[in-house]
Amino acid sequence: MSTTVDARGLSCPQPVLDTLKQLQRQQRGEVIVLVDTEASKENVIRAAASRKWQTQNIDHQDSGYQILLKKD
Amino acid sequence: MKNFFATRPGIIGVGTIIGVLAALLQYWGNPGNMGICVACFERDIVGAIGLHRAEVVQYLRPEIIGFVLGSLVASYLFKEFRPRLGSAPVVRFILGIFAMLGALIFLGCPWRALLRLSGGDGNALFGLAGLIAGIWIGTLFLKSGFNLGRSEKTYSSAGWLFPLSMLGLLLLLLFNPQIPGTSKSGVLLYSLKGPGAMHAPLAISLAVGLFVGFIAQRSRFCTMGAFRDLLLFRQMHLVSGVMALVVAAFVTNLMVGQFHPGFSEQPVAHTLGLWNAAGMVLAGLAFTLAGGCPGRQLFLAGEGDGDAAVFVFGMITGAGLAHNFGLASSPQGLGPNGITALVVGLLVCLFIGFTMRQKA
Repeated sequence: MSTTVDARGLSCPQPVLDTLKQLQRQQRGEVIVLVDTEASKENVIRAAASRKWQTQNIDHQDSGYQILLKKD
Repeated sequence: MKNFFATRPGIIGVGTIIGVLAALLQYWGNPGNMGICVACFERDIVGAIGLHRAEVVQYLRPEIIGFVLGSLVASYLFKEFRPRLGSAPVVRFILGIFAMLGALIFLGCPWRALLRLSGGDGNALFGLAGLIAGIWIGTLFLKSGFNLGRSEKTYSSAGWLFPLSMLGLLLLLLFNPQIPGTSKSGVLLYSLKGPGAMHAPLAISLAVGLFVGFIAQRSRFCTMGAFRDLLLFRQMHLVSGVMALVVAAFVTNLMVGQFHPGFSEQPVAHTLGLWNAAGMVLAGLAFTLAGGCPGRQLFLAGEGDGDAAVFVFGMITGAGLAHNFGLASSPQGLGPNGITALVVGLLVCLFIGFTMRQKA
Protein backbone atom coordinates (compact mmCIF):
# COMPACT_ATOMS: atom_id res chain seq x y z
CA MET A 1 0.00 0.00 0.00
CA SER A 2 1.56 3.32 -1.07
CA THR A 3 0.55 6.92 -0.46
CA THR A 4 0.27 9.51 -3.22
CA VAL A 5 1.48 13.12 -3.26
CA ASP A 6 -0.27 15.10 -5.99
CA ALA A 7 2.03 18.01 -6.84
CA ARG A 8 0.67 18.64 -10.33
CA GLY A 9 0.34 22.33 -11.17
CA LEU A 10 2.30 23.42 -8.12
CA SER A 11 5.26 25.69 -8.73
CA CYS A 12 8.74 25.43 -7.30
CA PRO A 13 9.57 24.51 -4.49
CA GLN A 14 6.12 23.18 -3.51
CA PRO A 15 6.47 19.70 -5.09
CA VAL A 16 9.70 19.09 -3.18
CA LEU A 17 8.26 20.46 0.09
CA ASP A 18 5.18 18.25 -0.17
CA THR A 19 7.24 15.20 -1.11
CA LEU A 20 9.73 15.62 1.73
CA LYS A 21 6.89 16.10 4.21
CA GLN A 22 5.39 12.76 3.18
CA LEU A 23 8.76 10.96 3.18
CA GLN A 24 9.42 12.24 6.69
CA ARG A 25 5.97 11.20 7.89
CA GLN A 26 6.33 7.74 6.44
CA GLN A 27 10.05 6.98 7.07
CA ARG A 28 9.95 3.92 4.76
CA GLY A 29 7.85 2.08 2.20
CA GLU A 30 6.50 3.45 -1.08
CA VAL A 31 5.42 6.93 -2.06
CA ILE A 32 3.96 7.94 -5.42
CA VAL A 33 4.50 11.54 -6.51
CA LEU A 34 2.59 13.14 -9.38
CA VAL A 35 4.21 16.14 -11.10
CA ASP A 36 3.56 17.92 -14.38
CA THR A 37 6.92 19.42 -15.37
CA GLU A 38 10.38 17.99 -15.98
CA ALA A 39 11.92 20.46 -13.56
CA SER A 40 9.64 19.24 -10.76
CA LYS A 41 10.44 15.64 -11.67
CA GLU A 42 14.18 16.26 -11.45
CA ASN A 43 13.83 18.22 -8.21
CA VAL A 44 11.69 15.56 -6.52
CA ILE A 45 14.06 12.75 -7.51
CA ARG A 46 17.10 14.75 -6.40
CA ALA A 47 15.55 15.66 -3.04
CA ALA A 48 14.38 12.08 -2.43
CA ALA A 49 17.83 10.71 -3.23
CA SER A 50 19.36 13.10 -0.68
CA ARG A 51 17.08 11.48 1.93
CA LYS A 52 18.12 7.98 0.73
CA TRP A 53 14.87 7.24 -1.07
CA GLN A 54 15.28 5.42 -4.37
CA THR A 55 13.37 6.16 -7.53
CA GLN A 56 11.92 2.81 -8.58
CA ASN A 57 9.95 3.87 -11.61
CA ILE A 58 8.95 6.94 -13.64
CA ASP A 59 5.73 6.58 -15.58
CA HIS A 60 5.12 9.16 -18.30
CA GLN A 61 1.44 10.08 -18.42
CA ASP A 62 -0.66 12.59 -20.32
CA SER A 63 -0.76 14.92 -17.36
CA GLY A 64 2.94 14.61 -16.50
CA TYR A 65 4.90 12.03 -14.53
CA GLN A 66 4.15 9.46 -11.87
CA ILE A 67 7.26 8.87 -9.78
CA LEU A 68 7.51 5.82 -7.52
CA LEU A 69 9.85 6.35 -4.56
CA LYS A 70 10.90 3.54 -2.26
CA LYS A 71 12.89 3.03 0.93
CA ASP A 72 13.26 -0.30 2.75
CA MET B 1 17.19 10.42 -21.80
CA LYS B 2 19.02 11.97 -18.88
CA ASN B 3 19.29 15.73 -18.83
CA PHE B 4 23.02 16.45 -18.44
CA PHE B 5 22.37 20.10 -17.62
CA ALA B 6 20.39 19.11 -14.52
CA THR B 7 23.38 17.24 -13.04
CA ARG B 8 25.94 18.82 -10.72
CA PRO B 9 28.62 19.16 -13.46
CA GLY B 10 25.87 20.48 -15.73
CA ILE B 11 24.75 23.31 -13.46
CA ILE B 12 28.37 24.23 -12.66
CA GLY B 13 29.12 24.33 -16.39
CA VAL B 14 26.10 26.55 -17.04
CA GLY B 15 27.07 28.92 -14.20
CA THR B 16 30.61 29.12 -15.59
CA ILE B 17 29.45 29.87 -19.13
CA ILE B 18 27.01 32.55 -17.93
CA GLY B 19 29.73 34.14 -15.78
CA VAL B 20 32.20 34.33 -18.67
CA LEU B 21 29.60 35.62 -21.15
CA ALA B 22 28.26 38.23 -18.72
CA ALA B 23 31.75 39.64 -18.10
CA LEU B 24 32.42 39.62 -21.84
CA LEU B 25 29.14 41.42 -22.62
CA GLN B 26 30.44 44.19 -20.41
CA TYR B 27 33.76 44.09 -22.29
CA TRP B 28 31.79 44.34 -25.55
CA GLY B 29 29.91 47.41 -24.41
CA ASN B 30 27.35 46.77 -21.67
CA PRO B 31 27.54 49.01 -18.56
CA GLY B 32 29.98 48.34 -15.72
CA ASN B 33 29.29 45.17 -13.71
CA MET B 34 26.09 44.91 -15.76
CA GLY B 35 26.91 42.32 -18.39
CA ILE B 36 23.54 40.83 -17.50
CA CYS B 37 21.00 42.40 -15.15
CA VAL B 38 17.45 41.22 -15.63
CA ALA B 39 15.88 44.01 -13.56
CA CYS B 40 17.99 46.78 -15.10
CA PHE B 41 17.47 45.49 -18.63
CA GLU B 42 13.70 45.20 -18.23
CA ARG B 43 13.75 48.74 -16.84
CA ASP B 44 15.75 49.88 -19.90
CA ILE B 45 13.18 48.24 -22.17
CA VAL B 46 10.39 50.05 -20.32
CA GLY B 47 12.30 53.27 -20.97
CA ALA B 48 12.85 52.45 -24.65
CA ILE B 49 9.11 52.15 -25.23
CA GLY B 50 8.50 55.34 -23.29
CA LEU B 51 6.68 54.00 -20.24
CA HIS B 52 9.11 55.99 -18.13
CA ARG B 53 11.11 59.01 -19.22
CA ALA B 54 14.40 58.61 -17.34
CA GLU B 55 16.64 59.58 -20.25
CA VAL B 56 19.73 57.69 -19.08
CA VAL B 57 18.08 54.25 -18.99
CA GLN B 58 16.37 53.77 -22.34
CA TYR B 59 17.44 50.90 -24.57
CA LEU B 60 15.52 47.89 -25.81
CA ARG B 61 17.89 45.25 -24.44
CA PRO B 62 18.08 42.23 -26.78
CA GLU B 63 19.40 39.98 -24.00
CA ILE B 64 15.95 39.81 -22.38
CA ILE B 65 14.29 38.89 -25.69
CA GLY B 66 16.97 36.24 -26.18
CA PHE B 67 16.41 34.76 -22.72
CA VAL B 68 12.74 34.10 -23.46
CA LEU B 69 13.13 32.91 -27.04
CA GLY B 70 16.16 30.73 -26.19
CA SER B 71 14.11 29.06 -23.48
CA LEU B 72 11.21 28.61 -25.91
CA VAL B 73 13.47 26.87 -28.44
CA ALA B 74 15.00 24.60 -25.76
CA SER B 75 11.60 23.67 -24.35
CA TYR B 76 10.30 22.72 -27.82
CA LEU B 77 13.44 20.79 -28.79
CA PHE B 78 13.25 18.74 -25.61
CA LYS B 79 9.45 18.49 -25.51
CA GLU B 80 9.14 20.52 -22.32
CA PHE B 81 6.86 23.30 -23.55
CA ARG B 82 3.99 23.25 -21.05
CA PRO B 83 1.36 25.95 -21.54
CA ARG B 84 -0.07 26.59 -18.07
CA LEU B 85 -1.54 29.40 -16.01
CA GLY B 86 -3.89 30.25 -13.18
CA SER B 87 -1.77 30.10 -10.02
CA ALA B 88 -2.71 33.39 -8.32
CA PRO B 89 -1.74 35.63 -11.26
CA VAL B 90 -2.71 38.91 -9.58
CA VAL B 91 -0.56 38.06 -6.55
CA ARG B 92 2.37 37.33 -8.86
CA PHE B 93 1.80 40.63 -10.66
CA ILE B 94 1.99 42.58 -7.38
CA LEU B 95 5.07 40.60 -6.28
CA GLY B 96 6.70 41.46 -9.62
CA ILE B 97 6.12 45.18 -9.03
CA PHE B 98 7.76 45.14 -5.60
CA ALA B 99 10.58 42.80 -6.65
CA MET B 100 11.51 45.42 -9.23
CA LEU B 101 11.25 48.30 -6.74
CA GLY B 102 13.54 46.47 -4.28
CA ALA B 103 16.06 45.67 -7.00
CA LEU B 104 16.11 49.27 -8.22
CA ILE B 105 16.79 50.55 -4.69
CA PHE B 106 19.92 48.35 -4.65
CA LEU B 107 20.55 48.95 -8.37
CA GLY B 108 20.53 45.40 -9.61
CA CYS B 109 18.77 42.06 -9.54
CA PRO B 110 20.45 38.99 -7.96
CA TRP B 111 22.29 38.35 -11.23
CA ARG B 112 23.86 41.80 -11.11
CA ALA B 113 24.57 41.50 -7.37
CA LEU B 114 26.75 38.49 -8.22
CA LEU B 115 28.37 40.28 -11.15
CA ARG B 116 29.01 43.39 -9.06
CA LEU B 117 30.77 41.20 -6.50
CA SER B 118 32.88 39.54 -9.20
CA GLY B 119 33.86 42.97 -10.50
CA GLY B 120 35.11 44.04 -7.06
CA ASP B 121 32.13 46.19 -5.97
CA GLY B 122 32.09 45.74 -2.17
CA ASN B 123 28.61 47.25 -1.92
CA ALA B 124 27.33 44.05 -3.50
CA LEU B 125 28.10 42.27 -0.21
CA PHE B 126 25.35 44.30 1.46
CA GLY B 127 22.99 43.56 -1.41
CA LEU B 128 23.71 39.83 -1.26
CA ALA B 129 23.32 39.79 2.53
CA GLY B 130 19.94 41.47 2.10
CA LEU B 131 18.98 39.07 -0.67
CA ILE B 132 19.77 36.05 1.49
CA ALA B 133 17.86 37.59 4.43
CA GLY B 134 14.83 38.21 2.19
CA ILE B 135 14.95 34.65 0.87
CA TRP B 136 15.26 33.35 4.45
CA ILE B 137 12.09 35.21 5.44
CA GLY B 138 10.43 33.71 2.38
CA THR B 139 11.44 30.19 3.42
CA LEU B 140 9.76 30.73 6.80
CA PHE B 141 6.50 31.40 4.94
CA LEU B 142 7.08 28.35 2.72
CA LYS B 143 7.65 26.19 5.81
CA SER B 144 4.46 27.46 7.40
CA GLY B 145 2.34 26.52 4.39
CA PHE B 146 2.55 29.50 2.02
CA ASN B 147 1.29 28.35 -1.36
CA LEU B 148 -0.02 30.22 -4.40
CA GLY B 149 -2.04 27.23 -5.56
CA ARG B 150 -2.09 25.13 -8.69
CA SER B 151 -1.83 26.20 -12.29
CA GLU B 152 -3.95 24.58 -15.00
CA LYS B 153 -3.01 23.33 -18.42
CA THR B 154 -4.09 25.81 -21.08
CA TYR B 155 -4.05 26.43 -24.84
CA SER B 156 -0.65 26.30 -26.51
CA SER B 157 -1.39 29.74 -27.93
CA ALA B 158 -1.74 31.13 -24.39
CA GLY B 159 1.75 29.86 -23.63
CA TRP B 160 2.94 31.50 -26.83
CA LEU B 161 1.66 34.98 -25.99
CA PHE B 162 4.64 36.04 -23.91
CA PRO B 163 7.32 34.75 -26.32
CA LEU B 164 5.34 36.42 -29.13
CA SER B 165 5.42 39.70 -27.18
CA MET B 166 9.19 39.36 -27.09
CA LEU B 167 9.24 38.69 -30.83
CA GLY B 168 7.21 41.88 -31.23
CA LEU B 169 9.81 43.81 -29.24
CA LEU B 170 12.54 42.35 -31.45
CA LEU B 171 10.71 43.54 -34.57
CA LEU B 172 10.34 47.00 -33.00
CA LEU B 173 14.08 47.03 -32.38
CA LEU B 174 14.95 45.92 -35.90
CA PHE B 175 12.58 48.38 -37.59
CA ASN B 176 13.51 51.31 -35.34
CA PRO B 177 17.31 50.97 -35.22
CA GLN B 178 19.49 53.30 -33.23
CA ILE B 179 20.64 56.41 -35.10
CA PRO B 180 23.94 57.63 -33.59
CA GLY B 181 23.53 60.93 -31.77
CA THR B 182 19.72 60.78 -31.83
CA SER B 183 17.48 59.96 -28.89
CA LYS B 184 14.50 58.80 -30.91
CA SER B 185 14.17 56.37 -33.79
CA GLY B 186 10.60 55.84 -34.95
CA VAL B 187 8.69 54.85 -31.82
CA LEU B 188 11.72 53.83 -29.73
CA LEU B 189 13.72 55.98 -27.34
CA TYR B 190 17.51 55.66 -27.05
CA SER B 191 19.73 57.03 -24.28
CA LEU B 192 22.48 59.38 -25.43
CA LYS B 193 24.35 59.12 -22.13
CA GLY B 194 24.33 56.99 -18.98
CA PRO B 195 24.01 53.21 -18.73
CA GLY B 196 21.28 53.15 -21.38
CA ALA B 197 23.80 54.43 -23.94
CA MET B 198 26.19 51.58 -23.18
CA HIS B 199 25.51 48.32 -24.92
CA ALA B 200 27.17 45.51 -26.80
CA PRO B 201 26.36 45.23 -30.53
CA LEU B 202 22.76 44.09 -31.09
CA ALA B 203 23.66 40.80 -32.78
CA ILE B 204 26.05 39.81 -29.98
CA SER B 205 23.58 40.71 -27.23
CA LEU B 206 20.83 38.75 -28.93
CA ALA B 207 23.03 35.72 -29.61
CA VAL B 208 24.29 35.59 -26.01
CA GLY B 209 20.73 36.04 -24.75
CA LEU B 210 19.45 33.17 -26.89
CA PHE B 211 22.28 30.89 -25.81
CA VAL B 212 21.90 31.71 -22.11
CA GLY B 213 18.12 31.27 -22.38
CA PHE B 214 18.66 27.85 -23.91
CA ILE B 215 21.11 26.49 -21.32
CA ALA B 216 19.29 28.11 -18.41
CA GLN B 217 16.02 26.44 -19.44
CA ARG B 218 17.78 23.08 -19.59
CA SER B 219 19.57 23.52 -16.27
CA ARG B 220 16.77 25.37 -14.32
CA PHE B 221 19.42 27.92 -13.31
CA CYS B 222 17.97 30.21 -10.62
CA THR B 223 19.83 32.74 -8.48
CA MET B 224 17.08 32.88 -5.83
CA GLY B 225 16.43 29.13 -5.79
CA ALA B 226 20.15 28.63 -5.13
CA PHE B 227 19.98 30.26 -1.70
CA ARG B 228 16.42 29.08 -1.01
CA ASP B 229 17.29 25.42 -1.56
CA LEU B 230 20.36 25.81 0.61
CA LEU B 231 18.33 27.34 3.46
CA LEU B 232 15.26 25.15 3.04
CA PHE B 233 16.67 21.75 2.07
CA ARG B 234 20.43 22.09 2.79
CA GLN B 235 20.85 21.39 -0.92
CA MET B 236 23.93 22.64 -2.79
CA HIS B 237 22.81 21.90 -6.36
CA LEU B 238 21.74 25.33 -7.64
CA VAL B 239 24.10 27.30 -5.43
CA SER B 240 27.07 25.48 -6.97
CA GLY B 241 26.02 27.00 -10.30
CA VAL B 242 25.79 30.45 -8.74
CA MET B 243 29.25 30.12 -7.18
CA ALA B 244 30.64 28.99 -10.54
CA LEU B 245 29.14 32.13 -12.11
CA VAL B 246 30.88 34.41 -9.60
CA VAL B 247 34.25 32.66 -9.99
CA ALA B 248 34.07 32.58 -13.79
CA ALA B 249 33.04 36.24 -14.03
CA PHE B 250 35.78 37.19 -11.53
CA VAL B 251 38.48 35.39 -13.55
CA THR B 252 37.22 36.86 -16.82
CA ASN B 253 37.11 40.34 -15.27
CA LEU B 254 40.73 39.93 -14.13
CA MET B 255 41.81 38.83 -17.60
CA VAL B 256 40.21 41.74 -19.44
CA GLY B 257 41.07 44.37 -16.81
CA GLN B 258 37.58 44.85 -15.39
CA PHE B 259 38.28 43.99 -11.76
CA HIS B 260 38.32 47.14 -9.60
CA PRO B 261 38.02 46.32 -5.89
CA GLY B 262 36.52 48.96 -3.59
CA PHE B 263 33.33 50.60 -2.38
CA SER B 264 33.30 54.10 -3.82
CA GLU B 265 33.19 55.10 -7.48
CA GLN B 266 31.77 51.74 -8.52
CA PRO B 267 29.81 51.75 -11.79
CA VAL B 268 26.03 52.29 -11.48
CA ALA B 269 26.12 51.84 -7.69
CA HIS B 270 25.72 53.82 -4.48
CA THR B 271 27.43 53.23 -1.14
CA LEU B 272 24.44 53.26 1.23
CA GLY B 273 24.99 49.86 2.84
CA LEU B 274 21.76 49.74 4.83
CA TRP B 275 19.59 50.57 1.82
CA ASN B 276 21.54 48.27 -0.48
CA ALA B 277 20.68 45.47 1.92
CA ALA B 278 17.10 46.57 2.62
CA GLY B 279 16.25 46.88 -1.08
CA MET B 280 17.39 43.33 -1.66
CA VAL B 281 15.49 42.03 1.39
CA LEU B 282 12.35 43.19 -0.39
CA ALA B 283 13.43 41.78 -3.77
CA GLY B 284 14.55 38.46 -2.26
CA LEU B 285 11.29 38.02 -0.35
CA ALA B 286 9.20 38.85 -3.43
CA PHE B 287 11.19 36.45 -5.64
CA THR B 288 10.87 33.68 -3.05
CA LEU B 289 7.11 34.08 -2.69
CA ALA B 290 6.84 34.05 -6.50
CA GLY B 291 9.09 30.98 -6.82
CA GLY B 292 11.93 32.26 -8.98
CA CYS B 293 14.55 34.93 -9.60
CA PRO B 294 13.85 37.39 -12.43
CA GLY B 295 15.89 35.33 -14.88
CA ARG B 296 14.12 32.11 -14.00
CA GLN B 297 10.75 33.86 -14.44
CA LEU B 298 11.78 34.75 -18.02
CA PHE B 299 12.88 31.17 -18.75
CA LEU B 300 9.64 29.79 -17.29
CA ALA B 301 7.62 32.28 -19.34
CA GLY B 302 9.53 31.02 -22.39
CA GLU B 303 8.46 27.42 -21.74
CA GLY B 304 4.78 28.37 -21.51
CA ASP B 305 4.29 29.40 -17.87
CA GLY B 306 1.72 32.21 -18.04
CA ASP B 307 2.00 32.95 -14.32
CA ALA B 308 5.72 33.65 -14.67
CA ALA B 309 4.84 35.93 -17.61
CA VAL B 310 2.44 37.85 -15.35
CA PHE B 311 5.26 38.26 -12.82
CA VAL B 312 7.45 39.73 -15.57
CA PHE B 313 4.68 42.14 -16.55
CA GLY B 314 4.57 43.10 -12.87
CA MET B 315 8.30 43.84 -12.94
CA ILE B 316 7.83 45.90 -16.10
CA THR B 317 5.07 47.89 -14.39
CA GLY B 318 7.28 48.31 -11.33
CA ALA B 319 10.08 49.72 -13.47
CA GLY B 320 7.75 52.36 -14.90
CA LEU B 321 6.50 53.30 -11.42
CA ALA B 322 10.04 53.33 -10.02
CA HIS B 323 11.20 56.05 -12.38
CA ASN B 324 7.96 58.01 -12.68
CA PHE B 325 7.55 58.24 -8.88
CA GLY B 326 11.21 58.75 -7.91
CA LEU B 327 11.56 55.37 -6.20
CA ALA B 328 14.67 54.09 -7.97
CA SER B 329 18.13 54.85 -6.65
CA SER B 330 20.95 56.34 -8.71
CA PRO B 331 24.72 56.61 -8.15
CA GLN B 332 23.89 59.81 -6.21
CA GLY B 333 21.83 57.84 -3.67
CA LEU B 334 18.23 56.96 -2.97
CA GLY B 335 15.30 58.25 -4.98
CA PRO B 336 13.19 60.83 -3.08
CA ASN B 337 10.42 58.31 -2.39
CA GLY B 338 12.48 55.12 -2.31
CA ILE B 339 12.10 54.45 1.41
CA THR B 340 8.31 54.83 1.27
CA ALA B 341 8.17 52.29 -1.56
CA LEU B 342 10.40 49.94 0.40
CA VAL B 343 8.21 50.04 3.50
CA VAL B 344 5.01 49.62 1.49
CA GLY B 345 6.61 46.76 -0.44
CA LEU B 346 7.68 44.91 2.69
CA LEU B 347 4.22 45.33 4.24
CA VAL B 348 2.53 44.03 1.09
CA CYS B 349 4.87 41.01 0.89
CA LEU B 350 4.28 40.20 4.57
CA PHE B 351 0.52 40.55 4.02
CA ILE B 352 0.74 38.11 1.11
CA GLY B 353 2.99 35.73 3.05
CA PHE B 354 0.87 35.63 6.19
CA THR B 355 -2.56 35.42 4.55
CA MET B 356 -1.91 32.90 1.77
CA ARG B 357 -1.00 29.86 3.83
CA GLN B 358 -2.83 26.58 3.53
CA LYS B 359 -3.76 24.93 6.77
CA ALA B 360 -2.10 21.52 7.02
